[in-house]
Amino acid sequence: MNTIIAIIPALPFISFLILVLFGGKLSRRASGWIGAGSVGIAALLTIITGISLLNSVTGEKYYTIILWKWIHAANLNAEIAFRLDSLSLIFCFVITFVGFLIHIYSIGFMEKDEGFTRFFAYMNLFVCSMLILVLADNILLMYLGWEGVGLCSYLLIGFWYKEPENGTAARKAFIITRIGDTAMIIGIFILFVSFGTFNIQDIMQLAQAKWAVGSSIAVITAALLLGGALGKSAQLPLQTWLPDAMAGPSPVSALIHAATMVTAGVYLIARTNVLFSLAPAVQTVIAIIGALTLLIAGFSALAQHDLKRILAYSTISQIGYMFLALGVGAYSAAIFHFMIHAFFKALLFLAAGVIILVLNEEHDIFKMGGLRKKMPAVFWTFLIGSASLSALPLVTAGFYSKDAILWFSYSSINGSIILWMAGVMGAFLTALYSFRMIFITFFGKTNTEPSFKAGILMTAPLLILAVLSLFGGFVELPASLGSVHLFSGLVNQVLPGVVIKNIENMEWLFQLISGVIALSGIYLAYRFYYRKPAYMETFKNSRLNHFFEKGFEFDKVYDTVFVKPVVWLAETDKKDFFDQLNISIAKLALLGNRVMSLTENGKLRWYLLSFAIGIALILTLMMTQ
Amino acid sequence: MLTVPVETQILFAGILFFIGLVGLLVRRNLVFMLMSIEIMFNSAGLVFIIAARHWDQPDGQVMFIFILAVTAVEVAIGLALILQVYHHFKTLDVDAINKLKDDNS
Repeated sequence: MNTIIAIIPALPFISFLILVLFGGKLSRRASGWIGAGSVGIAALLTIITGISLLNSVTGEKYYTIILWKWIHAANLNAEIAFRLDSLSLIFCFVITFVGFLIHIYSIGFMEKDEGFTRFFAYMNLFVCSMLILVLADNILLMYLGWEGVGLCSYLLIGFWYKEPENGTAARKAFIITRIGDTAMIIGIFILFVSFGTFNIQDIMQLAQAKWAVGSSIAVITAALLLGGALGKSAQLPLQTWLPDAMAGPSPVSALIHAATMVTAGVYLIARTNVLFSLAPAVQTVIAIIGALTLLIAGFSALAQHDLKRILAYSTISQIGYMFLALGVGAYSAAIFHFMIHAFFKALLFLAAGVIILVLNEEHDIFKMGGLRKKMPAVFWTFLIGSASLSALPLVTAGFYSKDAILWFSYSSINGSIILWMAGVMGAFLTALYSFRMIFITFFGKTNTEPSFKAGILMTAPLLILAVLSLFGGFVELPASLGSVHLFSGLVNQVLPGVVIKNIENMEWLFQLISGVIALSGIYLAYRFYYRKPAYMETFKNSRLNHFFEKGFEFDKVYDTVFVKPVVWLAETDKKDFFDQLNISIAKLALLGNRVMSLTENGKLRWYLLSFAIGIALILTLMMTQ
Repeated sequence: MLTVPVETQILFAGILFFIGLVGLLVRRNLVFMLMSIEIMFNSAGLVFIIAARHWDQPDGQVMFIFILAVTAVEVAIGLALILQVYHHFKTLDVDAINKLKDDNS
C-alpha cells in the first residue's frame, strides 16, 4: 500500500509527459483517453488505498513512503516523501474522482478545440501538482505542489491565449496569488529556522513543545501562512483574481477554480492547525475574514449577469464558509463542506459549460431564458446543484455541510452569535442568487435557441455529480437528525475535534432557522425574478447594483492604491543613470553599424584597395617583428 | 656575365607587382584590369625564376611553367567573361557593373 501512494501522483505526470512529448503524433481520441484514463486509474488506486486505510486495524492510520532525497546540503534536508492520512485521503479522493469526471466531460467539451492535446497535458500536470500538494510529507514539497497548481492555473486561465483579455486575467491570477505565496514562503523559512526541519509532522510536534500559546513568533508565522492561504483560496483581501479567472474553459473553472485548487488554502490551514491553535488571534482573524468574504461575495453574486461570474463569486462565498469553520476550530465541518462543495460546484460549472457551449458562447443569463424544456438533463442537474448550494433542508448534501458550519460558528468556544448571523445572512443570499440564476436561465421565454444537443460524455458526469450532491451528505448527519459521524470520525483521526461551548444543545432550533432562511431566499427569488421581474428592473440600474456587480470596487481601489503609483514611478524613472547607460550602449552599436555599412558600397576597386592595404599592413607587421 | 645583385632583382619584381596593382586600382576598363593582373602574375613568376637562379635549383623554373599554364587559362576565361559582360551591359566600366549592390545604401 505504501508504494501505491507514490503511484497516484505519478500517473497523471506520466500522462502529462506522454502528451507533451508525443502529443503531436497522437490522435485526438487517444490523447483524450490517455489524459482522462490516467486520472481515472489514479482515482481507482485512491479508492483502493482508502478502503485499505479505513480497514487497517493497526494503530498507525497512515501510509508513508520516502522516494528519494531531493535536497541535501548541510543541515537542510528535504525528501520526495509522501504521506497519506485521512485528511489527504479525502482531498485525494475529490481531486482524482471529481477530476476524472471533469476529464471525461472535457473530452466532449473540448472536442472541436485546436488545443485539445495541450489542454489535457495542462490538466494532467495540474492533477499531479495538486496531488503532490496534498500528499507531501514535508512543507517544501508541498510548496512545490502549491506553485505547480498556481502555474497550471495560469496556463489554463490563459488557455485561449489569442484573446488578450484572457492573458490579462491569467497574469492577474498569477500575480495576486504570488502576493500570498511570498508571505507563505517567508513563513516556511521561519519554520525551518526555528525547528531545522521541513517535515510537517515534526514541525507540528516541535511547535507545540517549543512555542507558547499566543507568542509573537507563533502569531507571525501563522499569519504568514494564512497570507498564502488567502491568496490561493481567493479570500478577502486577495479575492479579486477569481472572477476574472473565469476566462478559462469551463472544465478548468470546475476543476481548478471550484473543486480543488482554491481549497488548497483550507487544506494548508487544516494541515498546520497546530500553529493556528498556538495563535488564537490569527484564528479569530480567519473566522472574521471568512464571514466578511462570504457576505461580500454573496452580495456581488447577486448583481452579476455573467453565468460563470455568479458561480465564481459563489465559490468565493462558499470558501468563506470553510474559512469561518476553520476559524472557529470546526475542522471536520470545513473539510466536509469542501467535499460537498466540490461535488455541487463542479456540477454547476460543468452544467454552465454545457449551456454556454450549446448557446454559442453566450454568457449573459438575461439572454438565456426558457432552457428548461430545451435541455431537461442540464436543467435537472443544475437545479440539484443549486438546491445543494442554497442548502435546501433535509434532501440535499449542502444542507448538512453548511448546517454543521452554522451550528459550530455559534456553539464552538471560538464562535459567537455575530459570526452565526453573518453565516445565516450568507445562506439567505446564497439561496437568493442561486435561484435567481435558475429562474432567469431556465424559465421565462426563450431568448437564444440551443444550437445542438450535448453528448453523453458531457451529461454522464453531470448525473454522477448530481447524485453525489444529493446523497453525499448522508455520511455525516447532525445529532438532531440521525447522528451519523462517519466523516468527522475519519477526519478527527488527524485533526482536533471542535470544542463546544457549555451551552444547552439547541441545534434543532438553529437548523430550523437556517432551513427557513434558505426556503425564504428561494421564495424571494421566485417572487422577484420570476413573478415580478419589473421590480428588479429598477434595481438593476441603481448605483448599489453597479457597486455589487463590480465586486465592491476592490479592483478600482487596488488600481489606485498600488498599480497606478507603481506605473507612475516607472514612467518618471525612465531616464535615470542606469537607463542612460543601456541607451548609450544601444546608440554606440547603431553608430558602428552606420560607419561599417559605408564600406559596403558595391565598388569593386574600393574592395581591392582595402585588400591591398590590409595585405600591406600584415606584411609590415610581420617584417617589423 | 653581368651579375645583378639578388636584391635588385627582387626589387624589380616588386616594382613590377606594384605597377600591376596600381593599374588594377586606377583603371576602370575591364580589359586593362585583366592586363594588370597579368603583370602581377608575371612579377610573381619572375620571383620564382630569381629564386631558382639564386639557389641553382630547377624547381622555380618548373613552377614558372606551371604559372604560365595557369595564366593562359585565366586569360582565356577572363576574356570570355569580359566578352559576355560587354554583350550584356554594352560597357566595360567596372563601376557601372554593380547590379549586386543594394539600391538604398
